[in-house]
Amino acid sequence: MSSHVLSDANVMLGRSMRHVTRSMDTIITVTITPIAMMLLFVYVLGGAINAGTDDYVDYLTPGILLISIASGIAYTAYRLYGDLQSGIFERFHSMPIARSSVLWGHVLTSLVSNMISVAIIVLVALLMGFRTSAGVGAWLAVAGILLLFTLALSWLAVIAGLAASSPDGASAFSYPLIFLPFISSAFVPTETMPAPVEWFAQNQPVTSIVNSIRSLFAEQPVGDDIWVALAWLVGILIVAYVFAMVVYRKKIA
Amino acid sequence: MLDLGLLLTLYPPPKRGAMNTTVPPAIRIKGIEKSYKDLHVLKGVDFDVARGSVFALLGSNGAGKTTLVRILSTLLKPDAGTAEVDGFDIGADPGRVRESISLTGQFAAVDEILTGRENLVMIARLRQVKEPKAVANGLLARFGLADAGGRRVATYSGGMRRRLDIAMSLIGEPSVIFLDEPTTGLDPEARIEVWNIVKGLADAGTTVLLTTQYLDEAEKLADRIAILHQGRIIVDGTLAELRTLLPAATVEYVERQPTLEEVFLSLVGDRSPAADQAAEKDADKEGTR
Repeated sequence: MSSHVLSDANVMLGRSMRHVTRSMDTIITVTITPIAMMLLFVYVLGGAINAGTDDYVDYLTPGILLISIASGIAYTAYRLYGDLQSGIFERFHSMPIARSSVLWGHVLTSLVSNMISVAIIVLVALLMGFRTSAGVGAWLAVAGILLLFTLALSWLAVIAGLAASSPDGASAFSYPLIFLPFISSAFVPTETMPAPVEWFAQNQPVTSIVNSIRSLFAEQPVGDDIWVALAWLVGILIVAYVFAMVVYRKKIA
Repeated sequence: MLDLGLLLTLYPPPKRGAMNTTVPPAIRIKGIEKSYKDLHVLKGVDFDVARGSVFALLGSNGAGKTTLVRILSTLLKPDAGTAEVDGFDIGADPGRVRESISLTGQFAAVDEILTGRENLVMIARLRQVKEPKAVANGLLARFGLADAGGRRVATYSGGMRRRLDIAMSLIGEPSVIFLDEPTTGLDPEARIEVWNIVKGLADAGTTVLLTTQYLDEAEKLADRIAILHQGRIIVDGTLAELRTLLPAATVEYVERQPTLEEVFLSLVGDRSPAADQAAEKDADKEGTR
């Protein structure tokens, strides 16, 4: 039975990806909204922001990528919630399949669909003048950080999707996540903020992640930021996964 | 408490002609109990379902029919008691149980965003069936969904959806099928279609455990009927046996009026493609389920 894990997960991924591609709402929110935000910040507010880079789009892009992922995973929770409500979740669980594929199907869909939005946003950023001297290694490192970020947040989304009692509740958990980049180094350097806010911005996960990606794009040494970022990401991933499994076991007991 | 005569009436030897006494029952339930917090839903349920028979479990809303089906289909663990499905213990060997069963009806579902064909192909691939597309097309044709196969399920009528639901349950040829209130919410014509499907399943040798709150449904379809009431099976027997529980029939003259169902069906006529399409349009507006 468990020998079908990969093929089962693949079927689940195919199914769930159709849910993504057949819902314009998902595509617009996850891709167009961050692009609109990028246009707004670069062409309207950017002129007044002194972030210390030649081009504000270079400064802004890493944070926009994180915002797009944070809004994308709301749909992961929403789709999982929908499966529980419609009863197809139970149909799958009464079938001779690898049960883990039911959740992994959603998590894999989250990874694939968010990486597609990230790729589109990077292309738009390039059109807007985003330039990087990053080589293949640095690009791979950025991709790895973004994948880890998506994976960790996707398991958070699984918790929300399993535990929610309404569709709004399933996606509401992502609002603070979408908001976190605003109180970080994603839009402006943290030094410009009042002391308590600066302290918060310096010590929350988004700042170290944004700084690492920005350094990688600029071919600068990543310093301690990368280790702080990885510690946050792996920590969130482990806690979210364990907690998701606890909620899942309660659900199917 | 029970005298031997009544006991024999309620638990006669297996009836269905060819039934071999050495063949174990398809479902064997012993002392199943389940509570949700303070609510004691099942208080010790026992019954057997003979292989290849249609067994109807009757009960009012909230009687625990669905809870029992969820336990038998390994979605829920009982607090006490044991059950075997197709010879496999639901607690010790849930994986083998899942290979033997299919679940459909009240809380099993179809994927509304996928087309009918995609739903069938998905289940066929999950059940490791060879040539999933051919299987899907065969079932679409068999269940009168060939034309609708390429459309999203969200546009289907309630009856079409239920037919697709049952078709999905047949993939992989499970030997036991649980139909949980398969006709709840269907119009009279769609109900009759589902009944015909159930009869076809029984003729092909599949064991069907059907839960329903419609007494006529049990009367028409079931080889054996059990009534679940206040957490226990209060009767279990064939329709003829259940009838003997009441005083003997008396003969009286009653003018037979056509039932509303007979009037409806004679006016609406047989299911034609036009009627089918009209039903789909209605469903588009209503968005059943």
